[in-house]
Amino acid sequence: MGFWQNVLKIVQDYWPNLLMACRTTLLVSLLGTACGFLIGLLIGGLRAIRLDFTASKASRILKRIFDAFAGLYITIFRGTPMMVQAVFIYYALLNIIHWSNIQAAVFVISVNTGAYMAEIIRSGIQAVDNGQIEAARSLGMSNAQTLKEVVLPQAIRNAFPAIGNELIVNIKDSSVLMIISISELMFSARSIAGTTFRFTEVYFIEACIYLFLTSVAALLLNWVEKRVNGSGLSLPQSDTDPTNMKLSRTAEQKGGNRDYDARQHS
Amino acid sequence: MTLVSIRDIHKRFGSLEVLKGVDFDVQEGEVVCLLGRSGSGKSTLLRCINLLEKPDSGEIRVFGEDILNTKDVNAYRAKVGMCFQQFNLFSNMNVLHNCTVPQQRVLKRSRAEAEEKARYYLQKVGMQDFLQADVRMISGGQKQRVAIARALCMDPKLMLFDEPTSALDPEMVGEVLNVMKQLAEDGLTMVVVTHEMGFARNVADRIVFMDDGVIVEDCPPSEFFENPTKEVTRQFLRHYLEN
Repeated sequence: MGFWQNVLKIVQDYWPNLLMACRTTLLVSLLGTACGFLIGLLIGGLRAIRLDFTASKASRILKRIFDAFAGLYITIFRGTPMMVQAVFIYYALLNIIHWSNIQAAVFVISVNTGAYMAEIIRSGIQAVDNGQIEAARSLGMSNAQTLKEVVLPQAIRNAFPAIGNELIVNIKDSSVLMIISISELMFSARSIAGTTFRFTEVYFIEACIYLFLTSVAALLLNWVEKRVNGSGLSLPQSDTDPTNMKLSRTAEQKGGNRDYDARQHS
Repeated sequence: MTLVSIRDIHKRFGSLEVLKGVDFDVQEGEVVCLLGRSGSGKSTLLRCINLLEKPDSGEIRVFGEDILNTKDVNAYRAKVGMCFQQFNLFSNMNVLHNCTVPQQRVLKRSRAEAEEKARYYLQKVGMQDFLQADVRMISGGQKQRVAIARALCMDPKLMLFDEPTSALDPEMVGEVLNVMKQLAEDGLTMVVVTHEMGFARNVADRIVFMDDGVIVEDCPPSEFFENPTKEVTRQFLRHYLEN
């Protein structure tokens, strides 16, 4: 039998297993990315707060302690492989909280992604025009109100491509979680290959499935990004044109207004 | 009634002393123009009034309140409007929301009340046809007029303008100055840092001229422009006459 016939046969015989595996992969990566995003929003947001002289002494001390812990968290979770984190956390906590490996998988992806997201959100916040923050404060808005109404909406828009990238990375990298025996795509492919001895064909199918999932995710992210950038307001062609998206966002990050004024002065 | 009373404030940025002991008063209903070369400290003085900068020493009383020791800086800032050179509109909101969101969050006004106020002031600055417009898409003059309306929506007792026309195309300067002139005629107390000598001469009640971190002249415009007493003032005015 030829390669393509084998591929077809394996798909016919094992499609229910593969479908279930897909479901698990999508479940842990989507849920993990979403939780990671929330963790990143919280930590990145708090890390980016600049306390001015109006802040109390207590909040200053709390902020310093928080910054130290956040820094440690990011260093540890960005500095060790997710596979190591998965085995270590799963088995270390198994006797204490008796969790399932799926719960552990979602948890590990969440905290791992959270570390990256915190940095993504922080850089998104730092790209927000400082003048707008000053304007918000001059109107009497508190630090928290400024963050919620002005800074975060723009920071998320700035950081959207990087946030979306994390989802795509997680769809692929959830494959390392087979180390704690969750039946996602990689684990499933290994067991099918183990029974059929058709390694090339099975891993070919697996690669195709990953490629399909990530491509669909990329398409969806592009669509959402357009919506986020438009945010219901009319924009010029250059801002909505996908080919120009990156360029126009960089201009935005550097402070659209300032750009505009520089031109007027010259 | 004295609205702003500043005594002997000093401000230093690193090794650069920007304010070297400034005394400055503003009466209610007065329009004061702060003039001076770049780097003379006029913007810093203005930014000290609403605490965007905190002076290193000295005293600032606004509305009779010692604002350097105030408990609630945000409540104080809400009473003082500010317009910036770079407009600083919130680019994640349309024109209307720029004006309503601060009212709703800071003054806890209802949405309907905030919108009514916003419509009133946007009408006043001639931007009533741009309620839903993206603030990134309108012209500089339009941006500044929206920024003025946004500040007015908070019902400030005092308005600060930090070079409101310096970033504008020449043909847009007029529309912004006309709005400001209208506000002055309505009796709003205003402190304006500007390089527009025509505006200073025709609209201001008083000119305060700063040089090198101190106030050099403090007099009515007629006196300032026609009989300047100090050499630095004459030099400054000569520079503007030449251009």
